[in-house]
Amino acid sequence: MQYLALLLLFAVSYGFFYFGKNRALKIKFSNNARLASLPDYYGYFLVLIVLLPSLLIWFFLLIYKPTFEEMYVMTPTLFPDLANWSDSKLGLILNKITNLSLIVNIPEVDLMKGQLSLLNMSSESEKIAAKNLASFDSIYGWSVVVVFILLPIIIGLLVSRLINQKLNVQPLVEKIIINIIRLSSIIAILITFGIFFSLIFEAIKFFQFVNFMDFFFNTSWNPNRAWVISSAETVDKEVLKDAFGWIPLLTGTLLVGSVAMFVALPLGLASAIYLAEYASPKVRDIAKPIIEILAGIPTVVYGFFAALTLAPMLKQFGDSVGINISAESALAAGLAMGVMIIPFVSSLSDDVIRSVPNPLREGSYALGATKSETIKKVILPAALPGVMGSFLLAISRAIGETMIVVMAASLRANLTFNPLEPATTITTQIVTALIGDVEFTNPKTLVAFALGLTLFVMTLILNVIAVVIVRKYREKYE
Amino acid sequence: MSNIKKRLSAERRFKFYGQVGVFLSLLFVSLLIIKIFSTGSGAFFRTTIETDIFFDPELMNVDQNSSDKEISRASFEKLADGVIDFNFKNLSEDEFIKIREMYTRRFDYQLRDYFLKNKEVINNTVTLEISASSDLDQIVKGNYPRNVPESQRKINDYQLTILDELTSKEKIGSTFNFWFFTNGDSRDPETAGILGAIMGSLYALMICLVFSFPIGLFASVYLEEFTKPGKMTDLIEVNINNLAAVPSIVFGLLGLGMLIGVFNMPFQVPLVGGLTLGFMTLPTIIIACRSSLRAVPPSIRHGALALGATKVQTTFHHVVPLALPGTLTGTIIGMAQALGETAPLLMVGMVAFVMEIPGGPLDPATGLPSQIYLWSESAERGFIEKTSAGIMLLLLFLIVMNLAAILIRRKVEVKW
Repeated sequence: MQYLALLLLFAVSYGFFYFGKNRALKIKFSNNARLASLPDYYGYFLVLIVLLPSLLIWFFLLIYKPTFEEMYVMTPTLFPDLANWSDSKLGLILNKITNLSLIVNIPEVDLMKGQLSLLNMSSESEKIAAKNLASFDSIYGWSVVVVFILLPIIIGLLVSRLINQKLNVQPLVEKIIINIIRLSSIIAILITFGIFFSLIFEAIKFFQFVNFMDFFFNTSWNPNRAWVISSAETVDKEVLKDAFGWIPLLTGTLLVGSVAMFVALPLGLASAIYLAEYASPKVRDIAKPIIEILAGIPTVVYGFFAALTLAPMLKQFGDSVGINISAESALAAGLAMGVMIIPFVSSLSDDVIRSVPNPLREGSYALGATKSETIKKVILPAALPGVMGSFLLAISRAIGETMIVVMAASLRANLTFNPLEPATTITTQIVTALIGDVEFTNPKTLVAFALGLTLFVMTLILNVIAVVIVRKYREKYE
Repeated sequence: MSNIKKRLSAERRFKFYGQVGVFLSLLFVSLLIIKIFSTGSGAFFRTTIETDIFFDPELMNVDQNSSDKEISRASFEKLADGVIDFNFKNLSEDEFIKIREMYTRRFDYQLRDYFLKNKEVINNTVTLEISASSDLDQIVKGNYPRNVPESQRKINDYQLTILDELTSKEKIGSTFNFWFFTNGDSRDPETAGILGAIMGSLYALMICLVFSFPIGLFASVYLEEFTKPGKMTDLIEVNINNLAAVPSIVFGLLGLGMLIGVFNMPFQVPLVGGLTLGFMTLPTIIIACRSSLRAVPPSIRHGALALGATKVQTTFHHVVPLALPGTLTGTIIGMAQALGETAPLLMVGMVAFVMEIPGGPLDPATGLPSQIYLWSESAERGFIEKTSAGIMLLLLFLIVMNLAAILIRRKVEVKW
């Protein structure tokens, strides 16, 4: 229904374009006068006036449908003591009514056993509520449709009376358009603010439960201790002292990240050098896109590969040479992540190496250097800032990467620098904290935002350094 | 002289390292693809058992005069049990249960669906290809080893002898697994399908597109055409570049904290997932749109302005239409990125077990990558195949989208 309403809204606005334009033309010909703006602009004017507010209202109605549903069904006339119910009780009853609403309009003879018992267990008021709920969809849908025919038409007709030959709508229309596009560019800033504030607010809530120092400097991580905690006023911070220590997650992240960089740096740099300096254009044209495919493969695929192929393979290999490699070792996750990062390193470094001006190469050859000597002694030093920048960007990718570690790394925190042992990462713990019940009042959930904040800050710093380094380098040759 | 030899061999070594680097990278790509395709291709076929079915009216609560509605509500459990007795005579209770386990748990549904279409079969015997259970399917496909002790097998010795008997009678067959493309998720691997996840991803991508394309295009038009260099522009510019490098999981936290926590939007729905993906792709789209707007030569702007067009007219009548193919390419690539993202979907709850196929962006749903994640976490062997098949579909979509972007770039993009 709501999509029908949206379609109607667009149809009505489209109609108003011609309505406004024709009205302007009629005025023009009947008065034989010059219009202040081009006729089309009267049409645009009406469309903007009709469409913008209605779109906002439509979106609002779409999103808050469940809220309206609840208001419609859970009325105090049906449930007199509604105001005293706790949230969990309300949720339970709502759930029951939702299930009931699916069967309440079916004749009793057609019901299956379980459905009948549900029906018999329900009170009269619950049954009425369920009937209301069953009819809500169509009532709501149709009322939205009616609103979206009537509202725009009334607004449009009222505003169209303003049109006369002296009304210059063009500046107005252009102003509205410029403001719309200005608003769009501000949204990009708003997203950053949104990230920052939603992380900060929830993190502050988290630090009401857990000491700041305990979080950043404690070395044990057992979030399950927070199961019983429900309110910030009564919490005993000593209980949570050992529950949320960030250090093992940080070391785990760095461990997996270093394994990844250990794979990606040499391979990425070697391929970049080969493709930029040695390969014939033909080889380059084929190999470069294929390597870049690695960057386009979704990370969930790498995770699956790491957990299902790489980890068992490594474990088997370890068993055969007598080393104990855990099935959830940081090594497997790190290797897969390294493969994923190769193209980031290789294509960025490739660009940088190719942008080193040719006279540098020729000068080196003229002095008798071989190609590899030229690359090692002249080109790489010249390209170093750019290559460093690409490394930093790759590291920040590795730190923020989620799916590979969620699927292949361990969930249990382990303070270790041995890549053969299981380790957990910041991103893994964010996902673990949020899968299942999300309660914004429990530190077990809230810790995800604190972890997210640390992740955000870490990657931001790395990116800023990378950008600064790359920029400085670029200025050298331009 | 020896010095030159040394230098030349160092040269050869260096070149060799480079070749090894490229070779290993290419090896990884092919290894990954081969592994996925070899495990995944099995999921497109499903093992069936040719079974004689006697539609015994005494075992059914319906007859050929029953309406479709009555039939679809009736239970066919008894008939399914009867069919097993009919095909395998003189079974003990234990043997009966073991044989029932060889068939899919949805045996009765298959019978019902057949009866719905062919009501005249009542009191007659027909031969149908009934789907086997996932464990049997895996053993027929050779994914389970047969030569291990019985306790380590999902299929016991008795079932194996029956299987061999059926195989020798050529009753074990294989059909194309349509269920994989038409069903939602299921607890049983043999009936689990990917359509629900595809629809969930489709709705999320639609929302993502509707949000990020207009806003991205408008924002880049504003930044390229209407601002003068200044502090504000610099701020927006730095901002967008930083946003492009923020990890996707942080965008997921934004979706959870802002959209669900503050604005009270529902959990698990593609609308929220799509908006979150939209936040994430916005910087990509803005960067692509800006570079294609920048590629439009200034002479076009000057021409329009010289003829008396206003700034808005110049931009929207001349510059934007010329830049549109480039912006479309960038948008498609952004959408492809969004399709493969899993972490934001996990954060906004699009990883639940959802059997129904979502009918709109406000129904609970999973996405394609999150479905892959869900299946990969499942303990049953049959789901490994499904996971790989899901990945194959995901990669296929990505390839199609990227090819479309390349084609658009080649065909439509204007070269100046």
